[in-house]
Amino acid sequence: MYTLLIALGALVALTIIFGAVLGFASVKFKVEADPLVEQIDNLLPQTQCGQCGYPGCKPYAEAIANGDDINKCPPGGEATIKQLADLMGVDAKPLDSAHGEEDVKKVAFIREDECIGCTKCIQACPVDAIMGASKVMHTVIIDECTGCDLCVEPCPVDCIDMVPLNDTNWKWDTLAIPVKNVN
Amino acid sequence: MHSELSLIEQMRSGKLWDIPGGIHPPERKSLSNTSPIDIAPLSPIYYVPIKQHIGNEGDLIVSVGDRVLAGQPLTNPKEGLSLPVHAPTSGLIKDIILHVSAHPSGKPETTVVLESDGENIAIANQPIPDWQNKPNSELIAHLKSMGIAGLGGAGFPTYIKANPTKNVELLIINAVECEPYITADDVLMRHYAQEIIQGIEVLQHMVKPELVVIAIEDNKPEAISAIEKVIVDHKHIEVRVVPTKYPSGGEKQLIQILTGLEVPNQSIPADIGIVMQNIGTCFAIKKAVIDGEALIERVVTITGESISRPQNLWVKLGAPISDLLTHCGLVPEQDQRLIMGGPMMGFNIMDIMMPVVKSTNCILAPSEYLLPSRGVEQACIRCSLCADACPVNLLPQQLLWFSKAKDHDKLEEYNLADCIECGVCSYVCPSQIPLVQYYRTSKVEIKQAKEDKIKSDKAKERFEARQERLERDKQARLQRHKESAEKRKKALEKDNSAKDKIAAALARAKAKKNELAGTTAEVENKTSEANIPEVKTTDTQDRVAAAIARAKAKKQQAALNSDETKPDKTRTDDTKPKDIKAKGTEVVEEKVQTTEPVSAEQAKKDKVAAAIARAKAKKLKEAVEPAVSNVEEKEQTSDPVSAEQVKKDKVAAAIARAKAKKLKETNETEPKTDNTSSESIVPPVSEQMSTDSKTPEQIKKDKVAAAIARAKAKKQKDQGEQK
Repeated sequence: MYTLLIALGALVALTIIFGAVLGFASVKFKVEADPLVEQIDNLLPQTQCGQCGYPGCKPYAEAIANGDDINKCPPGGEATIKQLADLMGVDAKPLDSAHGEEDVKKVAFIREDECIGCTKCIQACPVDAIMGASKVMHTVIIDECTGCDLCVEPCPVDCIDMVPLNDTNWKWDTLAIPVKNVN
Repeated sequence: MHSELSLIEQMRSGKLWDIPGGIHPPERKSLSNTSPIDIAPLSPIYYVPIKQHIGNEGDLIVSVGDRVLAGQPLTNPKEGLSLPVHAPTSGLIKDIILHVSAHPSGKPETTVVLESDGENIAIANQPIPDWQNKPNSELIAHLKSMGIAGLGGAGFPTYIKANPTKNVELLIINAVECEPYITADDVLMRHYAQEIIQGIEVLQHMVKPELVVIAIEDNKPEAISAIEKVIVDHKHIEVRVVPTKYPSGGEKQLIQILTGLEVPNQSIPADIGIVMQNIGTCFAIKKAVIDGEALIERVVTITGESISRPQNLWVKLGAPISDLLTHCGLVPEQDQRLIMGGPMMGFNIMDIMMPVVKSTNCILAPSEYLLPSRGVEQACIRCSLCADACPVNLLPQQLLWFSKAKDHDKLEEYNLADCIECGVCSYVCPSQIPLVQYYRTSKVEIKQAKEDKIKSDKAKERFEARQERLERDKQARLQRHKESAEKRKKALEKDNSAKDKIAAALARAKAKKNELAGTTAEVENKTSEANIPEVKTTDTQDRVAAAIARAKAKKQQAALNSDETKPDKTRTDDTKPKDIKAKGTEVVEEKVQTTEPVSAEQAKKDKVAAAIARAKAKKLKEAVEPAVSNVEEKEQTSDPVSAEQVKKDKVAAAIARAKAKKLKETNETEPKTDNTSSESIVPPVSEQMSTDSKTPEQIKKDKVAAAIARAKAKKQKDQGEQK
C-alpha cells in the first residue's frame, strides 16, 4: 500500500513539474503563427482596387480563406494565382475574365487645369494617395498610387487618366533588339 | 593551404591559384594591338551623356548656347555617389536632349549636344604638383572633380575606391583584359608604361597598400616587358603574369587567382583588405593629378573583321560611334552586327549615334563567319557543360529551370545574385541556350518583385490606416448625432412652445397647399424645416408645375431675348441645364409642346416660378452632389463680366463634362429617355468637346453638353458686351 502511494505521489509530482514546464514553455516560446488570412493577404498585390468584388484585398483574402475562388485578382495576374494555389493546395486556374484582364501597371494622373476641386477622388482613393482640398486642385502622389482605378469613376469632370507607369528596371531582352543596318 | 602565411607573404611567394571553370575562346587580339594608339579626328558633334558611371548624375551647369572649352565641367556632382562630366572639346552647346544611351536598352538619357568649333582649346590644367604632400581628402576631391571613373567596364567612381574605410593590404592593378578582341589596356601598357606607374604611385599614396600587384595575362608579352622595365626601381610594385583564361579579369576571379581567397557573398574586396583598379584608370589618375586634366578621352579598341583598319584610338568621350567606324573604315557585310564591349559581355549597338562613354572599351564589328550570331535555342540536354565552365560554381542548368519558371525563391537559394554574367555558360551550351540572358532577366525580375513587395506593403499599411480612420470618424459622427439628438430632445421637453410652433407650421403648410397647388407653397415648405414629410409628398406635383413654369419662362425669354435684364437672364440660364439634368427629357418635351403665346404679366409670374424652381433644384442638388454646386457657385461668382472669358469657358466646359457624364448615367438607367428631344432644344454642333468618348452615342451626348456650355458662355459674353 505504501509503495503504491509512493508511486502515485511520484507520478503526480512529475505531472505537476512537467505540466508547469510545458505551460511555461508554451507561453514563453510561443510561435506567432501566421493566420491563413494574413498569409493570403500578403500574396495579394494590395492595390485595393475591388475588381474581385470585395472592398479591398483583406476582405478578398478572408473570402478566399472561406472558400472563394482564387482567380479573381487581375492586378496580381497569373503569378498571384499560382502562389495562392500553392498556399491553398488547389489547382491554379486561369484568371476569371469577368473580373478584368491583367494589364500593365498604371497610375492615376489628374489633369490639373481641369480639376474643379470636388474632393470626390480623394474620398474614393483607398490608400489616400490623392492630395488636395475642396475647391483647390488635386494631385496624385505617384509613389503611393496603386493604380486601382477607383478615382476615375467618381470624377464629375472626367479629368483623371490612368497612365502606364514607366518601368525603372529595364528588362534584359537584348535578343529582341534588332541590330540597325550600318552603311 | 595558406593559413599560416599572411596575405602579403603569400603574394610575395609568387604562387598562383586557379578559378573553377572558365573557357579559352579565340583571342583575335592581334587584329588591333600592333599599331600605336592613334588620335581619333575631331567629330563635328559630341553627345555627352550626363551620367556615365554608377551612381547619380550631376546637376547641369551649362545651358544651350553656351561656349565651352575642352575639360570644362558640364555638371556639378551631387552629394553621394556622383561624378561630373566635362566638355570633350571646345565648342558650342547646341542642345540638351534625350539621346540614345550607351546601354543595351539604348534608353534615351539626358545628353549635352556639343558642336565642336574645331579649335579644341582646353581650359587651364589644374595639376597638383606636390601631391605627395597633400592630404587624402584633397586628392579625393580632385579625383571627383576630374570625373575619374573606373575604365574597366562598370564605371564605378574612383574616388570612392581610392578612399577605403578599411586598412588595405593589397592593391591589385587589373591589366588582365581577358575578353577576346579587346586590346585597349594592352596597347596602353606598351606605350604609356611610365605614366601608368605614376598613376599607381598616386594611388599608393592614397590607399597605402603594403604591396601593389599588376596582373597581366601571359598573352601580352610586350606589355609585360614594358611594365617590368619601368618598375625595376619600385620595391612595392610587382608584376604577376596570369595564365590566359576567360573570365580571369573579373574582379573576384582575379583576386581568387592571385590570393586564393574568395570574396564572400555580398561583400566587396575591401572587406578582405584588397582594392582593385583597372590599369586604364591608373593612367586617368595620373592625367588628373599630375597633368591636371579631366577625364575627357580614353582608349577605345575599334576592331572586328569588318573593320578595314582595326586599331586603338584616343577617343574623346561623347564621340558618336558612327564617326569612329568611318575613320577606321567599316566595310559592313549583310546584317552587320555592331557590339559595344567585347563579344562575351558586350551588347548590340542599336543606334550608331550612340556615344562613347567612360566605360566603353571596345567597338566590335565582327564577321558573321567568325563570330556567328546565336542560333535557335534548343532544349537543354543536361550535359552540364555550363556547370563545369561556370567560374563561380553555380548550377546554370538549375538556374535556367527556375528562371523559366520565375521561381524567385529558388533562384535566390541557388545564389543567382553571385552570377557575374560573364556569358561562359551561354558560350559552351551545345543547345545554344542564351543562359546569361535568362539570368539577367531574372535578376531584374527579382529586383522588381522586391520593389513591388515594398510598395504593396506600403499600400496595405495605408489602406489599413485609412480604414481605421474612417471607422473612427464614423464612430465620432454617430456619437455627435446621438448627443445632439439628446440635446434637442431635452430642449423640446423644456420648451412647450416649440411643439406649438411645429404644429402651427404644419397647419399653415397644409392650408397653403390646399389653397394653391401652385408654386408659392414650396417656399414655405422649404423654410419650415420640420415639415420634411410634407415636402416629400408634394414633391412630384411641385416639380411638374415648376417644370411647366420654367418651360414657359424660357419660351418667353427666347422671344424677348434682348429686352431681358442681366440678372434675370443669368437666372434662367441656370435653370436650363438643370432641367435636363434633374428631369431628363420629360421636361424638354413639355417645352416643345407649350406653344401658346404668353403675355408680359404671365412672363413675370413665370419668372418667379422659375426662380423658385431653381432654388429648389439647387437645394436638391446640393443634397445629392455638393461638387457640382460648387461649380455652380463658382460660375455665379464669375458672372460679373470680367475680361477672363477663357476662365469662364473653362468652367463652362467642366460643367458641360459633368453634365454629360450625369446625362449618360441617367440615360443608362432610364432606357426610355429620348436623345433627339434633348437635342431639339440645342443646335447640334460639329465641334467635339471630349475626345476620349468611346461610343457614337456618347460622342453625341458630349456634343450636346458642349453645345449647352458654349451657348451659355456666349450668352454671358453677349450680355457682357451689352452691358
